[in-house]
Amino acid sequence: MKKIILSILGIGAVLAVILSILNAKRHIAIVGTAALLAVQNNAPAQTLINGAGSTFDYPAFTKWFETYGNDHKDVRFNYASIGSGGGQKQLLNQTVDFGASDAPMTDTNMATAPGKILHIPIVAGGVAIMYNLPGDPKLKLDGDTLANIYLGNITKWNDSKIAALNPGVDLPDLAIVPVHRTEGSGTSYIFTDYLTSVSPIWADSVGKASSVKWPAGIGLGAKGSEGVAGQVKQISGAIGYGELAYADQSKIPYANMKNSSGNFISPAPDSVSAALATASIPDDFRFSMVNPPGADAYPVAGASWVLVYQQQKNSEHGRKLVEFLKWAVTDGQKLSSQLDYAPLPDSVQQRELKLIDTIKY
Amino acid sequence: MNEPAITRDLKMTHGQFGDRAFKWLTLLMAFSVFVLIALIGYELFVGSKPAIHKFGWHFLVSSDWDPGNDIYGALPFVFGTVVSSLIALVIAVPISVATAVYLTELAPLWLRQPLIMFIELLAAIPSVILGFWGLFIMVPWLHLHLYPPLGATLGFLPIFHGSDYGKYYNCMLAAGIILAIMAIPIITSVSREILRSVPSLQREAAYALGATRWEVTRIAVLSYARKGIFGAVILGLGRALGETMAVTMVIGNLPQFKLSLFQPASTLASWIATQFSEATSDLFYSALFELGLVLMGVTVLVNIIAQLLLKTFAGPGVKPQH
Repeated sequence: MKKIILSILGIGAVLAVILSILNAKRHIAIVGTAALLAVQNNAPAQTLINGAGSTFDYPAFTKWFETYGNDHKDVRFNYASIGSGGGQKQLLNQTVDFGASDAPMTDTNMATAPGKILHIPIVAGGVAIMYNLPGDPKLKLDGDTLANIYLGNITKWNDSKIAALNPGVDLPDLAIVPVHRTEGSGTSYIFTDYLTSVSPIWADSVGKASSVKWPAGIGLGAKGSEGVAGQVKQISGAIGYGELAYADQSKIPYANMKNSSGNFISPAPDSVSAALATASIPDDFRFSMVNPPGADAYPVAGASWVLVYQQQKNSEHGRKLVEFLKWAVTDGQKLSSQLDYAPLPDSVQQRELKLIDTIKY
Repeated sequence: MNEPAITRDLKMTHGQFGDRAFKWLTLLMAFSVFVLIALIGYELFVGSKPAIHKFGWHFLVSSDWDPGNDIYGALPFVFGTVVSSLIALVIAVPISVATAVYLTELAPLWLRQPLIMFIELLAAIPSVILGFWGLFIMVPWLHLHLYPPLGATLGFLPIFHGSDYGKYYNCMLAAGIILAIMAIPIITSVSREILRSVPSLQREAAYALGATRWEVTRIAVLSYARKGIFGAVILGLGRALGETMAVTMVIGNLPQFKLSLFQPASTLASWIATQFSEATSDLFYSALFELGLVLMGVTVLVNIIAQLLLKTFAGPGVKPQH
């Protein structure tokens, strides 16, 4: 009996010690939490700005948020790279502070918006026409030929139209496999916008949009720019289109495109900036910059827009968003040109700053 | 003698309460699945209302997909879903059943566990990885080694038709093969469990009658287990019908209705996945919801047909144990 009582006492003592340790830990935890809270309270309040949209802009935004965030500790950004259509939809549903899109909003969508939406061009870039041919020759193409390839009228690489543009290049008797983006995309918008502006047949039968009805039974569809680049890399005889950065990363050759002055131009930040400088830009900035008049302009290029409501609902968010946008269209341009985007020309920057000033918050 | 009886009664009451609680709990769980499906179906229906209102039944038989003019039809996708899944079954069922038979009846014991492990490993590969593998390794290989001989020998059949076989890489056939690879581990694992549950008495009886090993497997094991194997095939089919990522990468993504398996196509699931992020107009959005509803309908229909087939052709036997 004594033994039992002793062992019970012993167990009780051990339990007491364990409990007190646990208790002590809890106290430490409480103190720790309090300390953490104190630290957080000392830091300035951070505003979280949400954006969503274009995948084309994503690398630029990432770089900007990092650099801008280093100098502005009071603001954080969260950008969901879900595609231009998704960005427009979320802005219309007012679930984000800004949207980003590679295609300007349609009048129909603008009409459904609860307030006036501003288009602020944020980056511009060229769309490279990539191809896969044995020996990787450097090709020259023009808009009419490209349209006929995607319409299925030109089916072989040694077609006389391609040969006429490329004297001296040994073109193989190989089937052309045109690859397009299967989902809607701003890149498709720029591409079809270009074909529409240079080919009346294309304008009549397909037209321009983020997602179009591609000519029946022609070529392949791939998801995402990386998907198109992957297919072109895989398939001998394939042709596709994608942002310059993807073509460069995947080391796929791309064509020099004939511009409206008759020069064959390679896509590069400089030649896209030349296109921007000569494109006619209306005051609402919903412009198209394909096939502009400049002698050095690359013809298959487009801008990407940040979409914001002119009347901001939250004054704190609005103020910080405006500060950021002003920075992005001026200082930010130096950073984005390191990422294969074309910097916005000074004249455009000044006009945009005026537009940003009309945002009320 | 009384005391044990009382104890037993007490235990029974206690047991009955536990049984009842257990019964209600499981009922609740089973019912929650039903509610979940019903809610999904309802949401899909609400989402697709504008498209249903606009196109009516025509949606199901139209092969137009024109976001520019807001005209949509589901036929190419229904066709692509059904055909790619059928190809998958044609390839996967013989391989899976043979593997299951080998694993339960013939393989030496030391080999069984490693083989089973590999099959389960195959089931664990994410579909996006399989898709990339399909795009970069399988399809170029098929293009060089499978399409040309198939086209040359069976080219007279409409399904292998097309001077295009040298031209295309991504097509319906490639999607069917990827789906087969994904269905094999499921069908194999479930079939193996079913074959294992065939009583040894069946086999011993057949041996006693002087049957050879093949005859034992065919008469005593396979025919006994065919109902269960059929269930395993339906599970594999479910996997194939709903697969998205891997299919998108190898099917070519054209909304077209072509008999030839060498032609690009698209399935309901893959089309929804690729189009959803960029569906800007309301009708476009709604049409994608209706595709989801159609996919649900196709799945239900396929299951009903399978159940009918099962009733018609299969006799008594072991049912799936899942």
